[in-house]
Amino acid sequence: MGLTLDDVLVRLGDFTLTADFSVPDRAMVSVLGPSGAGKSTLLSTIAGFLRPERGRILFDGQDITDLAPGARPVSILFQDANLFPHLTAAQNVGLGLRPDLRLSSEDWARVDEALARVGLAGLGARRPAELSGGQQGRVALARALLRRRPLLLLDEPFSALGPALRAEMLDLVAEIAQEAGSTLLMVSHDPRDAARIGGLAIVVAEGRASPPAPVATLLADPPEALRRYLGAETAPGTSRDQAGRAS
Amino acid sequence: MARRPVALGATVIAGAAAAALVLALTVGTLAAVALRAEFSRGLGPAEWAAIRFTLWQATLSALLSTVLAVPVARALARRHFPGRALLVTLLGAPFILPVIVAVLGIVAVFGRGGWVNAALSAVGLGPVSIYGLPGVLLAHVFFNLPLATRLVLQGWLGIPAERFRLAAALGFGPADIARHIERPMLRAVLPGAFAVIFLICMTSFAVVLALGGGPRATTIELAIYQAFRFDFDLGKAALLATIQFALCVAAAGAARFVTVPEAAGPGLDRPRELYLHGRLRAAADALWITLSAVFLLAPLAAVVLRGAPAIAALPHPVWAAAGRSVVVSVPSAFLSVGLGLAMAAAIARLGRRRGAAVLEGIGYLSVAASPLVIGTGLFILIFPIADPARLALAVTAVVNAVMSLPFVLRALVPELRRIEADHGRLADSLGMHGWARYRLLILLRARRALGFGLGLAAALSMGDLGVIALFADPEGATLPLQIYRLMASYRMADAAGAALLLLALSLSAFWLFDRGGRLGADA
Amino acid sequence: MRLASIAAGLLALAGPVMADEKPVLTVYTYDSFVSDWGPGPAVEAAFEETCGCDLKFVGTGDGAALLARLRLEGARTDADVVLGLDTNLTHQAAETGLFAPHGVEVPDLDLPIAWDDPLFLPYDWGYFAFVYDKTRVTDVPHSFPELAESDLRIVIEDPRSSTPGLGLLLWVKTAYGDDAERIWQGLADNIVTVTKGWSEAYGMFLDGEADMVLSYTTSPAYHLIAEEDDSKAAAAFDEGHYMQVEVAGKVAGTDQPALADAFLEFMLSDRFQSIIPTTNWMYPARVPADGLPKGFETLVKPSRALLLPADKAAAVRDQALGEWLAALSR
Repeated sequence: MGLTLDDVLVRLGDFTLTADFSVPDRAMVSVLGPSGAGKSTLLSTIAGFLRPERGRILFDGQDITDLAPGARPVSILFQDANLFPHLTAAQNVGLGLRPDLRLSSEDWARVDEALARVGLAGLGARRPAELSGGQQGRVALARALLRRRPLLLLDEPFSALGPALRAEMLDLVAEIAQEAGSTLLMVSHDPRDAARIGGLAIVVAEGRASPPAPVATLLADPPEALRRYLGAETAPGTSRDQAGRAS
Repeated sequence: MARRPVALGATVIAGAAAAALVLALTVGTLAAVALRAEFSRGLGPAEWAAIRFTLWQATLSALLSTVLAVPVARALARRHFPGRALLVTLLGAPFILPVIVAVLGIVAVFGRGGWVNAALSAVGLGPVSIYGLPGVLLAHVFFNLPLATRLVLQGWLGIPAERFRLAAALGFGPADIARHIERPMLRAVLPGAFAVIFLICMTSFAVVLALGGGPRATTIELAIYQAFRFDFDLGKAALLATIQFALCVAAAGAARFVTVPEAAGPGLDRPRELYLHGRLRAAADALWITLSAVFLLAPLAAVVLRGAPAIAALPHPVWAAAGRSVVVSVPSAFLSVGLGLAMAAAIARLGRRRGAAVLEGIGYLSVAASPLVIGTGLFILIFPIADPARLALAVTAVVNAVMSLPFVLRALVPELRRIEADHGRLADSLGMHGWARYRLLILLRARRALGFGLGLAAALSMGDLGVIALFADPEGATLPLQIYRLMASYRMADAAGAALLLLALSLSAFWLFDRGGRLGADA
Repeated sequence: MRLASIAAGLLALAGPVMADEKPVLTVYTYDSFVSDWGPGPAVEAAFEETCGCDLKFVGTGDGAALLARLRLEGARTDADVVLGLDTNLTHQAAETGLFAPHGVEVPDLDLPIAWDDPLFLPYDWGYFAFVYDKTRVTDVPHSFPELAESDLRIVIEDPRSSTPGLGLLLWVKTAYGDDAERIWQGLADNIVTVTKGWSEAYGMFLDGEADMVLSYTTSPAYHLIAEEDDSKAAAAFDEGHYMQVEVAGKVAGTDQPALADAFLEFMLSDRFQSIIPTTNWMYPARVPADGLPKGFETLVKPSRALLLPADKAAAVRDQALGEWLAALSR
């Protein structure tokens, strides 16, 4: 069944975005499109930070349009501020188990496990400021792993990392999504990211999010909107989507 | 407009409940007084004169305080010197000083028999009298210059360093910097600072009575006092209090129209490199810093000098009263910050919705309220159901908490807005609501602002006497009341000693809480 | 309810609640009466020795605030006795209908005037006077016009917020009638400031802010007796001195009528009256058997005692205030 956006329209001031599609369960989906086209808007709507003016969002047949973000079957990683700077890495991960952080010793063991899984064994006591950018991303991923939500949304959390590190993180994301059995929706500027992850891609352009199509097909024969974007952005990864726009 | 489907629920309900308590204590008590009124003679020419004088002195006081704050804040913003952090803290002292203590200090320095006149007569100049409008302005500037300086300093330190770097790169001279960087900041900050001080001076009572020099200097608050105890005309008191409210709301609205500055929050201990040099400018800055320090610290020194001989031998009841004041001020401070936290969290959560502005407006309402009306209204409400004397300390704590709330809110609202902006989405996405959000996010991230708010509220509560006269319990006198009792029994030296004790307690309370907040805060 | 729980917390802090079966006599008075340095504690101890009761003082501001509180409470008041009004307030107090005749056989009082008020009994009195420091003021004025012509600086209390202030207003009005406004115009340039209450004014005087302060002829006794300082004196004015007579009355709705009567009787006994001079620093209404404390004999004795009857005081009050405001607002 997976995720369905049923005739959704989101309005932010003068800007509108429509979406009417379904994403199959456990799919790996890249969200591509030019700056300001509404990629972050699409993810924010799915995550529950924006209320659609029209339409419904369904997951596994259940209407989640009116659910609060924390109550949705969703984990999301933002462009930045994915960690609370005043909490340790372990505490940040622990929030994925219980938002009030009242954890049992077994829970803490699971936190350590998750940290180890993302390659941060022994670093649980550190605060985010004592971790590198890549390590911070891993902490956020460890939390997503523990939350085990069926939908994992990535709003370019690794855009500040260098190409090699970003590729490494994407691989980790793909592994974790697979382990958790999650559907992955990942905003990206860089078609190479999409190619690396494989699977499907949604093109967001001119106020519309198109239904997902196989990445390979899309890149081999891009539709008009994507072609213009690919042509214009010759230096991938240098510009950033405008997150949230008018929000 | 697309809105978040986030459950605003508990946070907003808690904020609304806090606002309801504030409304009950301000508008509710006013209504209680108005409903109890049996007759009213309406307003006469004396009351209209009081309204005019109130507006006039509040305007002048706010104008002087804000205008003087500009050079002082600029000097503090761009100069490094040893003891600067200590000076910035000490300069804040007058604002939290109990009014009676401050008035004693001001008279000792600027009065007919004070230091200034002693110095003048030593060089053969005649005595200068401050009583009348000059005295009122002097005292109001003394109380509010620190607040204005803090607000303006905040504005200065809030200018991004990059902008000054850019100015330097473009070869800006001082005039260019003033035009392109400083004046826009001042335009944003000064109207709000002016409005806050205007409101504080509108309801000023004890200062005007002590230094006003006579019936020319009659304010609305004094007219309310007269309506209560001389005429026993509750209708007139309620009418005057309503007018005072209306004027304050109009003034606040006007200021909001122009812009509202961010609060007198913590963290002003770091001077800004302004890329400005020059010996003349340095001398001018040194002069401003020295003048403001002398003006603000001399009355404090006078309080210390007058009180020091008596403080060791203060009679037992004074120490007991000091204990009670502490017992009242600590819960009062926590209540004030609790209310402020609930309201600020709701305000931050509501973002740009109209409800946020309404909540914030209600939070500031107590600045415009007449302490006398609050006290009398509460008495009218409580008397039929409970013995007022038994509730004296509790009522004092609650009322003082609400009276401090505007200043607490000024510190907390921007801080919580920032936390909401930086971390709100993440907390929402993880489902952190209600108490978990406070415990794991707000309380930890806002520690500095919370410590500052607690210190401010504790200090203000320690010195306040305004409301409780009707509730006073003979055995439950607080320290300010005990000072009045000492004075009423001819024991002026002991009263001076007790005033020093009150000063020390207020400053320590502020320092301890503020410090506590800083120690716990993360980088 | 938040308020109630905080109250409960504070009460718990304040210690065990009084829980004895003795009848309680509640006496409303002004704040400085009940302070640790006022007559209250000694009076309470003395009366409780004999009454088999618990005497509970409730202090509220000054005399005028006391009356305002009584009016707010109306017939539901807990007060059995109200102590601390003066004759400038008793007319309004009587008009509330809250007071019952005292029913005490009035003994010989040591007042300069006759006493026949059926509701209120005096417990102490004094003369208003301008107090000065003998070491600083040598050319002492003997009348209001002399004071007005001098260069002396005075501090007075605001009649709208203070009972001595109101006393001064009526002093000038009684002595000068229609000329009162002219007197006030003459005094205007002598007045340093007008304070909220007696304490502020007297404090400023002691700090050297003024040469003279409106107080009582008995004020120098404090400095003489408590501080062994004989430098303070009160100026005797030829017009005579207005009096302040402080009184107490029984509340009509009292649930302790017998105790209230007993207290009013006690109030005029030697026990109570001997406490007054050195705590309230006023003349006792009945000089006790062993006389006034040593030092009181040095005080100025005015040649004439001025006092408006209560109804007259209430009637001229507003007009006198208008004249005062007009003269000093220029």
